[in-house]
Parts: sequence; C-alpha cells; structure tokens
Amino acid sequence: MSALPRARDLGLIGCHVCGLVCRDVGRHDAACPRCGSALHRRKTASLARTWALLIAAFILYLPANLLPIMRTVSLGDVDDNTILSGVIELWVKGSPDLAVIVFTASIVVPMLKFLVLATLLLSARSGTDWAQRQRARLYRLVEFIGYWSMLDVFVVALLTALVRFNFLSRVEPLPGVVFFGLTVVLTMLASMSFDPRLIWDGRTNDD
Amino acid sequence: MTTPASSLPSRRAPSPAARSALLVCEHCDTVYRRRTLGYGEVARCARCQAVLERHQVFGVDSMLALVLTALIVFLIANVWPVVTLGLGAQQISTTLWGMIVVMWQQQSQVVSVLAAATLFFFPLGKMLLLGWVLWHARSGRRAPGFTPAMVALHYVQPWTMSEVFVLGALVAIVKAHNYFDVVANPGIYAYAGLMLLITLFSGIDLRQLWDLAPEPGPAA
Ligand SMILES: [Zn+2]
Ligand SMILES: [Zn+2]
Repeated sequence: MSALPRARDLGLIGCHVCGLVCRDVGRHDAACPRCGSALHRRKTASLARTWALLIAAFILYLPANLLPIMRTVSLGDVDDNTILSGVIELWVKGSPDLAVIVFTASIVVPMLKFLVLATLLLSARSGTDWAQRQRARLYRLVEFIGYWSMLDVFVVALLTALVRFNFLSRVEPLPGVVFFGLTVVLTMLASMSFDPRLIWDGRTNDD
Repeated sequence: MTTPASSLPSRRAPSPAARSALLVCEHCDTVYRRRTLGYGEVARCARCQAVLERHQVFGVDSMLALVLTALIVFLIANVWPVVTLGLGAQQISTTLWGMIVVMWQQQSQVVSVLAAATLFFFPLGKMLLLGWVLWHARSGRRAPGFTPAMVALHYVQPWTMSEVFVLGALVAIVKAHNYFDVVANPGIYAYAGLMLLITLFSGIDLRQLWDLAPEPGPAA
C-alpha cells in the first residue's frame, strides 16, 4: 500500500455532498446514510458531460464576444458596444485599473477556463501522471475564479436600469449579453462536472 | 498536514466510530485520519494540496450572529437604491429588483432570471437555511428538515454572486461618471458590507456543520 491510500483502494467512498466516509458496497443505487445523496466513487460520466458542456459554452462564447452586448443611444446617436470595446472605452476614459479588471474577468478568465478544462480532459483521458499537482491547482483556480466572469453582465444590467433619460440618453441590452451570461453558466457547470480525482487515477475510470 | 491513514486496516470495513474519524480529500480521493486542528490551522491534502478542513474560528453563536447580520444588511441592500444618476434636472435611481424588472422588459429575460437567482434568491436562501440550521443547533437540536437544508446549501453555495455585483456596480459607476452626475446610495454601501460578511462566511465549512447536532437515533 502506498503512503497515501486512496478511498477507492480501501473500498471507501467519500460522499460528494456531505463528505461522510462510507463503505463502498459496490451497488449503483447506494445512498449516503447521512444525507441520502447517491454515492459514487467518481462523478457520473464526468469526461463526457464536461466535454459536452464545455463545447456548448464555447459555441455560445463566439456570439458573446462578436455580437454587441450593449447599445448607447444619446440624442439620436447610436453606439453599440462589444465586451472588448467596453474594456477599451474604460482604458481610454482614464480608468486603466478597472479596464484590466474587466478584461481579466470577461476575456482572460473564460479563455483560461476553456484552455484549462480542455487540458484536464485530455490528460485525464490519457491517464498521464504529468504535472499532477499543477493540474490539480489549475482546476481549483478555475473553480474559484469562474463566477467572476458574470461581472460584465451585471454592469450592462445596471447601466440599462440607470440610463433611461428617454431621447437624451438611453442604454439597451443587446443579445451578446445574453450569450455571455449563458457562457458563464455553462463553463461553471462544466468545471463542476469535471472530477479532479481523475487527475490522480492513472487509467480512465469513469464511474 | 494531517497524518495519512497509511496504517488503516486495508480490507476490513471500518466500524461506525472509525468511519467518522476518517476524512477523504474531495479533490483526489486520498484518505486521512481526522485530527483536531489548532486555532486558525488549515489541514491540507499531502497529495494534491487542496484544503481538507479548516479550524472553525466561529462557534455556533457567532456564526448565527454573522448570518443574522448578513440577513439585515442584505435586506437594506435590496430596499435602498444602489446608485442614482442625474442628467440636468432628471434623476434616476435603481434597486436590485428595479434592475431585474428592467432587464425583463428589455428582452433580456435570461439575464433577468440569472440576476434574480444569483443576487437575490440563492443568497437569501443560503442565509435563511444557514440561520435555520444554526438556530436549532444552538440548543443542541437538529433542525426540522436538517438534511434537505444541508443538501440544498451544498448545491446553492457556488451560485451566489453578490460580491461580483459589488464590483459590477463599481464599474457601472465609473462608466456612467463620464456622462452623468453619479451618487452612490446606501444600497451600494450595504452591498459592500455584505461583501465583507461574505468573506467571513467563507470560513464556515458546511461539512463540519453536519457534526453540529447529534443524529436522531442510530445512523443507518
Ligand atoms: Zn452524504
Ligand atoms: Zn487531495
């Protein structure tokens, strides 16, 4: 036995919901005696689900970035903003610090999520023991920062609610913001369905 | 670091008492013997470095006080306007719900629902459930509906985004400042306070709350 025994090798299962350590009775309908949740050694169909959600998120990510997220109308002057043009505007209008924050939350974080999750999925399938600690750390990072991408969605919503001076000045949300909100939700679901235990499993064992 | 459970009997089933003395890293499946943590101590997994358990700085009473404070601040944050814009003599202000309603009317129902869920229903639900569980735990009892409440808390946890909204409000204020007179209202200060409380909250380990009150009858 290795110095760090794993639950699977000891015939144990840590409940994914409440953490209770249970005996693995080897049945598929086993439930946690403490919280009643189904007991699995690994998240169900983790690789397939994560791929599906990640690809769906990426498909929505394209219109989220290409389509404008917000329209500013002032005295008949119409101006459509994408995520990137919003960042540039912040930078030019003298708030480079906020521009960096928005750029990170809206562009860097989603890109990082796509790259990291795809890397984790590919390496988990091949069962490599390459950079296991770093991969584990990247996964935790992605889980921790993922929801900050919702930042721009809230900015557009607030500006829409505030800037309603009729023909003088008005802000309207455009479809890009809907796609962006959905992308964030899907990437969050994708990272939740990935099972970080697979990083350490060696061979793929997807049950 | 917690001692690895290397001396475990390998094939024998652990007795119920030993069972609760074990801890499995949820990130890599490594099994540890649980040990008592000192003040402010954090047990990390030797294999993957994930946090296994934190010392609970707050007792039940202070956790409950924290939840009730957060609940009051949350109500203030929702009742008072967040920001007021002025253009000439015209003034427009909005609350969180004002924002949710406007997004619905502007053909962005998805955003409206996302905002209502992540900024209102989930945070409120989280505080109410925690408050309910802790209120009963104070007198050493298991709250009615303890198990579903704890399971719901587990699922709601990642979907509360009040702190993102605070940063969003800041960005919106800065953007609007170029064209309008901007006044930050009590709502946004309440939100900032809530953000602080949420940071304290994150020290509460849900899994340890399971051990708060004794289970009714023998465990199955
Ligand atoms: Zn459980
Ligand atoms: Zn671990």
